[in-house]
Amino acid sequence: MTSSSTVGPKTAASGESRPPVRVVLAKIGLDGHDRGVQVVARALRDAGMEVIYTGLWQSPEAVVRAVEDEDADVLGVSLLSGAHYVLMPRLINLLKDRGLEHVVVILGGIIPADDIPGLEQLGVARIFTPGASLDEIAEFLRAAVEKQRTA
Amino acid sequence: MATDTKSAALETWRRQMAAARQRDTSLTTISGREIETLYLPDEITEEYETRLGFPGQYPFTRGVHANQYRGRLWTMRQFAGFGTPEETNERFRFLLAKGQTGLSTAFDLPTLMGLDSDHPSAAGEVGRLGVAVDSARDLERLFAGINLGEVSVSMTINAPAAIILSYFLVAAERQGIAWDRLSGTIQNDILKEYHAQNEYVYPPRESVRLVTDTIEFCTRHAPRFHPVSISGYHIREAGATAAEELAFTLADGFHYVEQALERGLAIDEFAPRLSFFFNAHSDFFEEIAKFRAARRIWARHLRERYGAQDTKSLALRCHAQTSGVSLQAQQPEVNVVRVAYQALAAVLGGCQSLHTNSRDETLSLPTEEAVTIALRTQQVLAYETGVPNSVDPLGGSYQVEALTDALEREAEEMFVEIERRGGMIAAIDKGYFRRRIADSAFAYQREVDRGRKLVVGVNAFVEQEASRIPLLQIDESIERKQVANLKALRSQRKAAATASALDGVRRAATSSENIMPALLEAARSDATVGETVVALADALGRYSTALT
Repeated sequence: MTSSSTVGPKTAASGESRPPVRVVLAKIGLDGHDRGVQVVARALRDAGMEVIYTGLWQSPEAVVRAVEDEDADVLGVSLLSGAHYVLMPRLINLLKDRGLEHVVVILGGIIPADDIPGLEQLGVARIFTPGASLDEIAEFLRAAVEKQRTA
Repeated sequence: MATDTKSAALETWRRQMAAARQRDTSLTTISGREIETLYLPDEITEEYETRLGFPGQYPFTRGVHANQYRGRLWTMRQFAGFGTPEETNERFRFLLAKGQTGLSTAFDLPTLMGLDSDHPSAAGEVGRLGVAVDSARDLERLFAGINLGEVSVSMTINAPAAIILSYFLVAAERQGIAWDRLSGTIQNDILKEYHAQNEYVYPPRESVRLVTDTIEFCTRHAPRFHPVSISGYHIREAGATAAEELAFTLADGFHYVEQALERGLAIDEFAPRLSFFFNAHSDFFEEIAKFRAARRIWARHLRERYGAQDTKSLALRCHAQTSGVSLQAQQPEVNVVRVAYQALAAVLGGCQSLHTNSRDETLSLPTEEAVTIALRTQQVLAYETGVPNSVDPLGGSYQVEALTDALEREAEEMFVEIERRGGMIAAIDKGYFRRRIADSAFAYQREVDRGRKLVVGVNAFVEQEASRIPLLQIDESIERKQVANLKALRSQRKAAATASALDGVRRAATSSENIMPALLEAARSDATVGETVVALADALGRYSTALT
């Protein structure tokens, strides 16, 4: 149930010679709410990205290993448990330790507005709260990865 | 009543009404007009009796009680829990003081997943989304000063449900309350965890065995307690359609019934204590129809497939909760309006108890102010709108009856699909439920993204200025406090007694005997949730290795 599954793009991103954006999506901590992450996984795949979903209940360490192993451009974390202030700093520090600062980190879930500036300061590129549109997420990632790749 | 046909069922209903209790309150409109208990067609046809019938009678389409809310209002039961048992105990007393009539306990994620508060994976989650419970002592603290023989208590827990039930029984024992006086409910519906909610520990078949053990044990020893609340709520929240929620929930119910029958229990011995839990979502008429269809389907299957005869076995009683996913972070005050419409749908659908969500639940756990508004929403519905004054006021509406029939048909088709996959457990293994739910969730989100489904404040009537409401802050010291209590418990208890009780749990789990006596011994010896889950997993195995 929690084994990694790779969901390849249906079609290659049209008119681009660049390799497709590679995204690791992860649930960290104990929260099992995976409706959002699954919907986002499908939308990003439809947008031509390669999506690896880690499954539930991952530790920050396991997620960073997946990012490294998969050579991901993007790490998307889904958190609806309120534990973001404990888990996200651990995750970001681990990424830095492994020299993975270039990975675009996004966070989705129930994140109170007051917590957003602190998380962004920490290095989370963008936080998508309920109501974010799927196209908006895909567009943001395409632009952010493009910027990283040309940097 | 404009009816004078010779309907035996109508005569029965009239007799029941003559004997029924009536609330001591005016049941006329604001203008003083009399409202009938039940409105009926001019002619009671055979078709009417078969499809709708009379409230309190088979097939219960119009409700499970002859006079529904005229006799007794639904139970207003707000789900609550956070922090340590002491903090939640305080919130419980606050809610009872505000006029709430039952308690409903939310546990934190470590407890729901069967982990002790000091497990490495519990860091940051202790007491955050519910109350932290590590031992029977914690459950005693949770209900301190609340008479468990008088207040009905609901507990939302699944994978470790049998363990928490044993703590509850021990807590009652220590309050001096006999088990046969306990009312209330433990959710204990593991099947929907595999479909949607993801809080499972053991594999499906082994988990269902524990559920069957608790049904058997409660039937014998706590006959007023509801050992399982068969839940569609989470299935719906995960993205299922109304028909999928209806079908999957009832199919889960049928599976528990079959397991209990296989155990040798007689249907009318345990079926009266099976209860249900449905979502009250935003699409008003479809939701009302769903509740009505649920009762009709359950009654028919229980009678025709399982041979139930007791009216209480046939009557589907349910709790309802307004839809969490329908709440929006944008313009959160508007959520109060969404909740009110959803609550109205649940009451028009004939629920027995109701939780109304608070406006801030898409952002955090609710504040006391937000919980009060949510409870007041039910009270306005109950006391000011006149809605509870007649039974099934929408019965006979062309639209509602057509939707009820359509949902019933769709559910029956899905029962066939499940059977075609080899039954409940095989369909879980084949990913049938998860796939269908994920497809529905994705289809809905695409409709919202394309602007074909409008959500106020999200893709329509958007305000640029973000409005802020005060949120509940969880004190960071809670985790330290809970962990300190746990360590104290471990050092003070008689270690040999605990170890031997846990061995007893392992032995009982490996054998075919009922698990409850061994769990009660473990509870009395202060074994923790985490220790007991590990003992059970040693015998039953795990469905996932991610948290070991």
